Amino acid sequence: MDISTAVFYLIALITVGSAVMVAFSRNIIYSAFALLGTFAGVAGLYVFLGADFVAAVQLLIYVGGILILIIFAVMLTHRITDVEITNRAAGRLPGLILIAVFLFLLIETVRETPWAKVKEVVYQPTTAKIGDLFLSHYLLPFELASLVLLAALIGAVVLSRKEIRE
Amino acid sequence: MPGFSPNELSSYLIIGAILFALGLFTVLTRRNAISVLMGVELILNSANINYVAFSHFGSGSADGQIYAIFVIMLAAAEAAVGLAIVLAIFQIFHSIDVEAAQTLKE
Repeated sequence: MDISTAVFYLIALITVGSAVMVAFSRNIIYSAFALLGTFAGVAGLYVFLGADFVAAVQLLIYVGGILILIIFAVMLTHRITDVEITNRAAGRLPGLILIAVFLFLLIETVRETPWAKVKEVVYQPTTAKIGDLFLSHYLLPFELASLVLLAALIGAVVLSRKEIRE
Repeated sequence: MPGFSPNELSSYLIIGAILFALGLFTVLTRRNAISVLMGVELILNSANINYVAFSHFGSGSADGQIYAIFVIMLAAAEAAVGLAIVLAIFQIFHSIDVEAAQTLKE
């Protein structure tokens, strides 16, 4: 087994293991920090898939932005020392059975499908290609995305401000 | 393990499937609104893995990566608005248990 395969196994293990912790941890702080492992592991998978720009974006936005937001929300809404179990879950057993069957079906489908064989994998920088596509073929979605972000920004401010009653 | 190596499409799809199942489990069973949002993030990540994997092993064009970037962008917007709603719910109900918030106003 060469080194890149070993690294791939390690990244897959970190990704899945952290996701298991997100789903099963009894403490919400542990869940939030395990999410960090999942996001970073997914960024590693993107590197293996030759998507350098997406990997950087994943690190910047997910790890640097969304995760910080989530940890902020956890810290702002929980009196963590007050309660024993901060991360309550209900209906675990039926959920687990359902998910096990579902996962089995998905994995069987993936394994049974005859995917086309891989051609020679070439790793090349993708940033210029993505930039070209954004400003040519995907121009309208790109502009719409900026509108959506503006709406989300204003919406978040309006929702989270304190209402002043007179 | 056969069929599980960095050069196989199916290994990425299996990781994506596991992440999706765990995210769905989180959304279904958690009673904490922030945990439900974490489950949604897991699901979005699994979809992104599939996008990028199919783009890499398929035509080789960057279209799948563009879609992945759009999904990441929408996830950021969703997290901002979702967590703002969670904070507003916490201010009104003093709990973010999704079963506690049953009414549309105080």
